[in-house]
Amino acid sequence: MTLLEINNLSKHFRSGGRDVTALDGVSLTLDPGQTLGLAGASGSGKSTLARIVMRLLPSDGGSIRFAGEDWLALSGKDLRRRRAKIQMVFQDVLGAFNPRATVGSVLDDPLRIHEIVPKSDRPRKIAELLDRVGLQANLADRSIRDVSGGQRQRIAIARAIATDPALIVLDEAVSALDVSIRGKVLELLVELQRERDIAYLFVSHDLAVLRAVSHRITVMDGGRLVETGPARQVIGNPQSTAARALVSAVPRLRIQTPQGHSHEP
Amino acid sequence: MSTLCQIRDLSVTYRDQPNPALAHVTLDIEAGGRLAIIGESGSGKSTLARTLAGLLPPRTHLTGEIQWTGGTPPRPGRDLGFVFQDPSSSLNPVLTIGEQVAEGARQHLDLGWKQALERAQDMLERVRIAQADRVLRAYPHQLSGGQRQRVAIAAALAAKPKILIADEATSALDVVVQAEIVALLDDLVRDAQMTLIFITHDIALASGFADRVAIFKDGRLVEAGPTASLLAAPAQGYTRTLLQSHLDLTSPPLVEEAAT
Repeated sequence: MTLLEINNLSKHFRSGGRDVTALDGVSLTLDPGQTLGLAGASGSGKSTLARIVMRLLPSDGGSIRFAGEDWLALSGKDLRRRRAKIQMVFQDVLGAFNPRATVGSVLDDPLRIHEIVPKSDRPRKIAELLDRVGLQANLADRSIRDVSGGQRQRIAIARAIATDPALIVLDEAVSALDVSIRGKVLELLVELQRERDIAYLFVSHDLAVLRAVSHRITVMDGGRLVETGPARQVIGNPQSTAARALVSAVPRLRIQTPQGHSHEP
Repeated sequence: MSTLCQIRDLSVTYRDQPNPALAHVTLDIEAGGRLAIIGESGSGKSTLARTLAGLLPPRTHLTGEIQWTGGTPPRPGRDLGFVFQDPSSSLNPVLTIGEQVAEGARQHLDLGWKQALERAQDMLERVRIAQADRVLRAYPHQLSGGQRQRVAIAAALAAKPKILIADEATSALDVVVQAEIVALLDDLVRDAQMTLIFITHDIALASGFADRVAIFKDGRLVEAGPTASLLAAPAQGYTRTLLQSHLDLTSPPLVEEAAT
């Protein structure tokens, strides 16, 4: 069964008296446990799409079905209850946390708000979440500002999985990480997906990252989806101008090995 | 190739910090070369850039030596241009693009405003800003991130410096714009025979156009040398880690392909 089905979604903004089309007839589907990579240059509309899916922004037209329900029609208590099933991880993790929070309180919030476990059981659950994302349980007492960028992104992931979501929207979730940390975080995301059957909508301008974790990739340009297909196909044989530009812009490691073999395509 | 600058046992400690941001760095910078300073966060790469540019905050403690060929350090803005990561914070929001690009030319090339603005328009055309005459009168917020970074490059180069330092100048841009800006820097540096010091976390980006690389970690120089030989046969484990961590379109995916 399809988990997320977006049909003909549109969104306009008014900017300096001009009407800007941020989304224009966007349709896509995502199955449980699958990753859809949403690629596009700055201003292509990918973050607007992510924000509408998160119900952080209203749409101007079109529909979203999530887990069989009309997701855009939900409001009030019904929306709040179901929000647990869609979580988000941002690029700027420090900006996504209350700066005065401790690691433990960051994880306590979703457990309390969505009544995931009784209060007496929360410390145990927090320790379990930290352990699951590869962090020590004693980190819980530390301020969110006193942990490294990589640790903070793992905490953001722990917060996202705390409510047992069916979908996580990852908005440039590894773009700010050092490369030596990025690979491990991507591996963690893939493990969690396999273990819990979570679907990811992975938004990034970096096709190399999307290629590593996506089952399918869709390319956005000027508010439209211009190309969608299996990751290998979109990367290996891009059809649209936007996809070709993204593919050719990925920096290639140029190394001449002693055998004369080159990594350069 | 002659040496532009010899760095000997340089350590830099910011005020009130217990540990140095850079420790015991010894490195030669060749005139007219393209040196990539590569490192992750906390590696000290930006501290090195700021030290060379004379942009360290007051009461920063320096030990060791930086010897410039010619004796005196390059004058910031005149002999040395600097492009920062975030073009929106390096441009003044209340000055027009023309005023900001012309300022360096006016100050350092002894031009009047009229000639300086002509030079600014010429620079905007050189960095491939469309409708340069109109952009001269625009303000930074009216431009896209990529255009703002082109303007910042134009401003850095307006006084015809011989050295350009680009500190993560493309990191805030999307990959398509990044590729355009790198190609632009490549052309500009070649045309003007400048020395380019390119600070980046991206070893692949550096591999494409630097002729020498220096790898930094935790404030120390790990290794330095010609790009081709160093990346093909790194002597240090950390350089190998960086190379192995690199993801590109040929990296093996972590998930199975979709069936359809």
